[in-house]
Amino acid sequence: MIRPEPRPTIAVVVFPGSNDDRDAAWALRALGADARLVWHAEEALPADTGAVVLPGGFSYGDYLRCGAIARFSPVMRTVAAFAAEGGPVLGICNGFQILCEAGLLPGVLRPNASLSFVCRDVSLRVERSAPPFTSRCEPGQRLVIPVKHGEGCWYAPPELVDELDAAGQIVLRYERGENPNGATADVAGVANDHGNVTGLMPHPEHAVDPMLGSGDGALILASLVDAARERSRTPIPV
Amino acid sequence: MRATVLVRPKQGILDPQGDAVRESLRHLGFAVGGTRIGRVVDLEVDGGDAAAVRAEVERMCEQLLANPLIESYEIELVG
Repeated sequence: MIRPEPRPTIAVVVFPGSNDDRDAAWALRALGADARLVWHAEEALPADTGAVVLPGGFSYGDYLRCGAIARFSPVMRTVAAFAAEGGPVLGICNGFQILCEAGLLPGVLRPNASLSFVCRDVSLRVERSAPPFTSRCEPGQRLVIPVKHGEGCWYAPPELVDELDAAGQIVLRYERGENPNGATADVAGVANDHGNVTGLMPHPEHAVDPMLGSGDGALILASLVDAARERSRTPIPV
Repeated sequence: MRATVLVRPKQGILDPQGDAVRESLRHLGFAVGGTRIGRVVDLEVDGGDAAAVRAEVERMCEQLLANPLIESYEIELVG
């Protein structure tokens, strides 16, 4: 008898002003996860959480700086603790901004160099092909995934970019000529030093069905579902 | 005591908002060069000891009001 693969729990945090939380949950469910929406005021994640997604949106109206206020939400202490013990955490768009402001990822997101909101498909190159976010991608693989943001210009000082590059922490780059926001070194996604926290400006949750233009985002989210499943199989040391 | 915090984009940091405003000013006929846009935060802070209030506002800047990677700040105390 073939047993169905267990559906790992993935927490999708909902901040006031999040607007891609339901899309993220829908996509993760379609890819085999038990996605649970977790309100930002919660102090705990579901007990069997195998991964966390911080979705896109405009948390706290983007007041002060994007993500600057959301990072003080009660749930973020728990998310930081989950990340510190190796739990996979993916920030998409506003979630990426929050992780940078929280100091869980290097750099910061600035207003687009063009000052225009961009909303279109972009071509990306996979720079890091590894769990927990890109295990289903080939190194150098080209992905087409949409972006939609006004403040997606990732910035880090040049010496930090070199360090991140050397350490393999640049996960995704915009293909040559495709950089939609002026991001330093064409960076579209970056990981922390342990590789278990990653932020992306493109929205994989909007690209999980070829009928909507591209299914490439499913490679990233399915990698995360794999990692969450793996984590829920491994007993956590007390 | 009142405190005013001036937050500015650091030198060398791209400031597209400042660039757009500079272009608009030039369209109006003003001869402006570099234009940079930051923000002003006016605060009312409990306490009368200037040094203590300044230290408190500095902590606010480090933790929330400015992102030290891209922004510098100045604190002015009034009254």
